[in-house]
Amino acid sequence: MDGDSGWMMQHAWLIPALPLVSFAVVGLLISPYWKKGAGVIATLSIVASMVCAYVLAWEYFTLYPAGGEHPILVPWSFEWLRYQPGLAANVGVLVDPISLLLMIVVTTVSALVHIYSNAYMHGDYGFGRYFTFLNLFTFSMLGLVVAPDIIQMYVCWELVGVSSFLLIGFYYNKPSAVAASKKAFIVTRFADLGFLVGVLLLSFYGYRIFPDWSAEVGAVANGLAGTQPVDFQYLNDPVFLAKFAALDTTFLGISLLTLSMCLVFMGAAGKSAMFPLHIWLPDAMEGPTPVSALIHAATMVVAGVYLVARLFPAFAFSGTAALLVAYVGAFTSLFAAVIGTTQDDIKRVLAFSTLSQLGYMMLALGVSTAEHTLGYTASMFHLFTHAFFKALLFMGAGAVIHAVHTNSIWEMGGLWRKMPITHITFLVATLAISGIWPFAGFFSKDEILAAALGSGHYVIFGVAVLVAGLTAFYMFRIYFVTFWGKGRGAGAAHAHEAPALMWMPMALLAVLSAVTGFFPMAEYVHLGEAEGHHGINLAVVIPATLFALIGIAMAASLYIGDGHRAVALAKMLGSVHQTIKQKFYIDEVYLFITHRIIFHRIARPIAWFDKRMVDGGVDASGWATRSGGRALSLLQTGQVQTYGLWFTGGVAFVVLILWSALV
Amino acid sequence: MIELLARHSPGLPEWLTLCVVLYSIGLYGLLTRRNAIAMLMAVEIMLNAAALNFVVFDRFSTNQQADGQVMALFVIVMAAAEIVVGMAIVVALYRMRGTVDINQMNSMRG
Repeated sequence: MDGDSGWMMQHAWLIPALPLVSFAVVGLLISPYWKKGAGVIATLSIVASMVCAYVLAWEYFTLYPAGGEHPILVPWSFEWLRYQPGLAANVGVLVDPISLLLMIVVTTVSALVHIYSNAYMHGDYGFGRYFTFLNLFTFSMLGLVVAPDIIQMYVCWELVGVSSFLLIGFYYNKPSAVAASKKAFIVTRFADLGFLVGVLLLSFYGYRIFPDWSAEVGAVANGLAGTQPVDFQYLNDPVFLAKFAALDTTFLGISLLTLSMCLVFMGAAGKSAMFPLHIWLPDAMEGPTPVSALIHAATMVVAGVYLVARLFPAFAFSGTAALLVAYVGAFTSLFAAVIGTTQDDIKRVLAFSTLSQLGYMMLALGVSTAEHTLGYTASMFHLFTHAFFKALLFMGAGAVIHAVHTNSIWEMGGLWRKMPITHITFLVATLAISGIWPFAGFFSKDEILAAALGSGHYVIFGVAVLVAGLTAFYMFRIYFVTFWGKGRGAGAAHAHEAPALMWMPMALLAVLSAVTGFFPMAEYVHLGEAEGHHGINLAVVIPATLFALIGIAMAASLYIGDGHRAVALAKMLGSVHQTIKQKFYIDEVYLFITHRIIFHRIARPIAWFDKRMVDGGVDASGWATRSGGRALSLLQTGQVQTYGLWFTGGVAFVVLILWSALV
Repeated sequence: MIELLARHSPGLPEWLTLCVVLYSIGLYGLLTRRNAIAMLMAVEIMLNAAALNFVVFDRFSTNQQADGQVMALFVIVMAAAEIVVGMAIVVALYRMRGTVDINQMNSMRG
């Protein structure tokens, strides 16, 4: 590109390419022969990629200092697929604040998870395979983050889906893991169907409007000659959006812009596990715990949030689609937080907490508009901080599970004495997610709440404050039950501190969870004018902190000690508690719909039709040919004189006909 | 007697009738004999009927080019060649099967 952009900027493709190369090398050459080397090389490649991402961020913000304009750059791209003249999909690297943010989050968390996994997966029968898949995932996620157009985004979107599938089903001889991986794959694929239709709608109308658009904005004169109709820069362009929204064609009374944005959001909701497509994420905890930390907490599940953020101008222009995002996000965050208070499996609690926090990010995006973009910044800020403290929580949970050999919190207890480092880091992450000053979660949550309040969505603000309290409650519930009191199981008695390779990444993440809140995100990530850090808004801080403290106090009163008060409360709530514990029977509803209705009423008649009508028709034509041939073969007696007789008769017949015709 | 024959020398219809009779005898033999050699003999009769046909038409045609006689000579030569090949096949069959009964040569039956 231009002369003054740095070396890293011109070689930004290295960031996703390093994990890709290492994926191929480790998977094909190293892991079959040298298990330990597979882990080391995979880790080193991610660390190298992380360093590249840091250098790239440093170069970008040197060129465009904080607080100023932050243009979207595509320093490296090439034409990949030419559909027809004027419609081609490029593969490239897009650099702007949010892609840099995601690159840093993904490479950092991924590098730490790789280091942690070297110890966690030690001696596992699939050690090499594990690191191969982890590298594949990191490559796909980075490819998704840097996608300059929606086609590359979609391709990498499916790649992260398949690597998530491979890693959830990592223990492929465990039936529950296999079922969970299939569930995750099918649910996200179903959601991706919506995304695909959205992509097709956008590119179809994008292509149609494109000539108009380039004439109006003077694309060639303004240096936009290389723009393609599937590029995000074009899809987010206000001129294009205005033309798209003004099309006469509508679908059931909603404009095509809103429709395609809702369809894209369906894909995002599937990947980010929004209600009602959330059912795969709790089950995805069947995978190894570091995978849960990386994929199902910090990075892949935020791909949906990132997609909405990437297309934010389009969502904001549609308005209706943004509202849908806001309400789905708010509902999911409340719904998941309520379920999280009752689960017994430490990883499931964290999974529901992830759902809840993803809902938070979505609602922040949904409430912001083109004029009022605080929510956009807040969402990215929460994505950033959440990645660190949630990855830390999962790593802590992994260390505990590693030591205790069970997932049930009721078989843990009293671990603070035996695992001091894990205890401290887990406590830091718990305080961070509960939104206690001065930990990271406080600042990002505060900004989300301020955005919700400032945009006038009081219901959403109320829900978000309530969820803040619930979050503190369920997080401190598992904290107290796991680390305080007496050891309840045999495993808890023999627990020991995690090895250094495991606790060092945790310690680093604990530091990040503690301090990233002071990062002036608004200076770096904003749309239009930087709104500046709004300072401490007491109308937001007081209720949020109050609810969090109430939550902590309730958790303390219920779960410190033998927990008889919690049992009594559960008994008192009776069926309500049971319903929540069974996750509102959503899985059962899905099973009912798929098995009883789809399989029974639709699939079975179709299968019958296929077997009897379609296959039957094919079989019948085959049968007719075969039996016809058999009947005709009776004429072939093999007796040359019979043939001679037929021949003579035939000739005589022809002669007779000719004779009667001529005479 | 000579005179009688001269006065009643056979015309074209009689000769053609003879040809048809010869041909039919050959065809009947070809379709009914079981012995392959007998079938070859029947084929010879049919060929000779055709050759006779040529000669008859040559005798009764107006131009005196003797084309038909030439064709008859060709037919005789060709028949000789054909019987060589046919007999060779029959001998080969006999060596292989030990019989020349055509009813047993039915390995091509469907």
